[in-house]
Amino acid sequence: MSFSATEPTRGTKWFAGIAVVLYAIITLIPLLWIVATGFKSPADSISYPPVVVFEPSLEGYVNLFTARTRATEDMLEAAGPAVTWYDKITRNRGTIISGPSRYGERFMNSIIIGFGSTLLCMILGTAAAYAFSRFKVPLKDDLLFFILSTRMMPPIAVAIPIFLMFRNLGLNDTHLGMILLYTAVNLSLSVWLLKGFIDEIPIEYEEAALIDGYTRFQAFYKVVLPQAATGIASTAIFCLIFAWNEYAFAVLLTSGTAQTAPPFIPTIIGTSGKDWPAVAAGATIFLVPVMVFTILLRKHLLRGITFGAVRK
Amino acid sequence: MAEVTLTNVCKSFGDDVALDDVSMTVPDGSFVVLLGPTGAGKTTTLRMVSGLDTPDMGKITIGGRDMAGMTPAQRDVAMVFQQYSLYPHLTVRQNLEFPLKSPILRTPQPEIDRKVKEVAEVLQISHKLDNKSTALSGGEMQRVSIGRALVRQPSVYLMDEPLSSLDAKLRSDLRIELKGIQANSGATLLYVTHDQIEAMTMATHVGVLDNGKLVQFGSPRELYENPVSVYAASRLGQPRINMLPADIFGGAPAAATHIGLRPEQILQGNGEDSTVHRIEHLGDQTRLHLSFKSHDLITVTDAHTDLKVGDIVKIRPHEALYFGANGARVA
Repeated sequence: MSFSATEPTRGTKWFAGIAVVLYAIITLIPLLWIVATGFKSPADSISYPPVVVFEPSLEGYVNLFTARTRATEDMLEAAGPAVTWYDKITRNRGTIISGPSRYGERFMNSIIIGFGSTLLCMILGTAAAYAFSRFKVPLKDDLLFFILSTRMMPPIAVAIPIFLMFRNLGLNDTHLGMILLYTAVNLSLSVWLLKGFIDEIPIEYEEAALIDGYTRFQAFYKVVLPQAATGIASTAIFCLIFAWNEYAFAVLLTSGTAQTAPPFIPTIIGTSGKDWPAVAAGATIFLVPVMVFTILLRKHLLRGITFGAVRK
Repeated sequence: MAEVTLTNVCKSFGDDVALDDVSMTVPDGSFVVLLGPTGAGKTTTLRMVSGLDTPDMGKITIGGRDMAGMTPAQRDVAMVFQQYSLYPHLTVRQNLEFPLKSPILRTPQPEIDRKVKEVAEVLQISHKLDNKSTALSGGEMQRVSIGRALVRQPSVYLMDEPLSSLDAKLRSDLRIELKGIQANSGATLLYVTHDQIEAMTMATHVGVLDNGKLVQFGSPRELYENPVSVYAASRLGQPRINMLPADIFGGAPAAATHIGLRPEQILQGNGEDSTVHRIEHLGDQTRLHLSFKSHDLITVTDAHTDLKVGDIVKIRPHEALYFGANGARVA
């Protein structure tokens, strides 16, 4: 009996399967714990030993999205009986909703800055990568190395110069400032990744389009871009994840108007005691956009759609 | 359709001289085949005409217009590439429509549909029109690729070994098809190949390239019967021309160092003795491998020959070609 080199044996398949499942469980447990904590009551969230089976509650989510004050008799009377389900939850704790929290705003800031910088990074990165891949650029190798070298130090090492620069340019605590900063940090990665993807697209396709009566830009737009979709999608995911999760610069450079969710979430702890369910709820919601974005783009992540039309 | 001229065209890539002072006229409505081995400059010539590369020196005209500074789109040429033929993200139909939808042509949709249908029928790909172009076999891809050129009526069609990846039957079908299309439409075609049968069957003119130089240009018949050099002589003819020392039969011109003998230039039946050392029956003809004065010769004989290995065949030359020491023809 013989086995081909590419076909794994039954035992190998089982072993690989078990390893993958174990790995998935190990990485998913903290995540599941966060999601679960978001639905616990404050008491359950800090009980020891930790409770695994608990009565789900939306208190964490209500606390995340609202600002509350301790209610006096007069205030309760003025407000009348609790009507909505979230009013009821807060009344049970002897508090009354005084308005929305800032989480919604911070979350929107994250969306604007994260997706804004990713979009800008893709536009600039694709253009630069195309030029580096196709044209004779003077000092091409040196320029590419220079672009890469901006990633060789941790970005936070230049935090103070950037802080001073932003203050003088009036970019402190602005959406534009954060978009520009994250774009600058991500651009080196995106130029290098995208250049690799564009290099793999045979130049013959563009040449065919040029002869078919299209201009260089039209050839780029109609022929190169659709084929680079895979690369653009995966690069965009990398850029978004970085900009979305970035904490240090967000703490340093934003406070009021342009603060993103990462520096905001820990501040929940300070406002009304150690409200772990609200923190966990904030973290859970924070995970959703990147997850949705990745799932939407996942079909582009499957390599091979551009390969095969090549005569070997 | 238009006449294409190249005048003193030179092109180098770094230290490599790809084209060395090439001048050539592709007459309006002709089918010109460029022959030569890999690296002879055939593809470079096509790219110069197409505008994908520009000559270092010299001039190219299409239909009397100087092409200097013109983009490929402005030149109104169609090209079939040897490789990477189809846009992989489009269907077969979209591939065929692509040139017609260009900003230069802006063909109305009914016209596009009509042309695509017509070309698809000629190339027998009608049933594949809505397939993804990646879901085709190599032969089908290449037919679509030819179709993408044929949907247009450009000044000149440029084809870079378009049939080289096809199987023998399809290749001979498409050879006839292409020749028919060209003859009926009066299209000008500049065609690169290293397949001499394609050159002989389709070309009105053949250009032989050797290391970037155009060594001979003329009708296939002229090239076959009257080659200027050993190199040009060995481009055409199957089995290949036999090269032997000039004085092997006697009577050679003084300057000749080699005698070139095509099969029909070797008369069998009288003359000097040679020994049969292999026989290949090809059906319509039989190839004889002969040993003659310690040289090997290949010639053809009757399909139903009774000759066997070891038999003696008497041979003598007839209207042979003579070449000098540098390979040039002397008589």
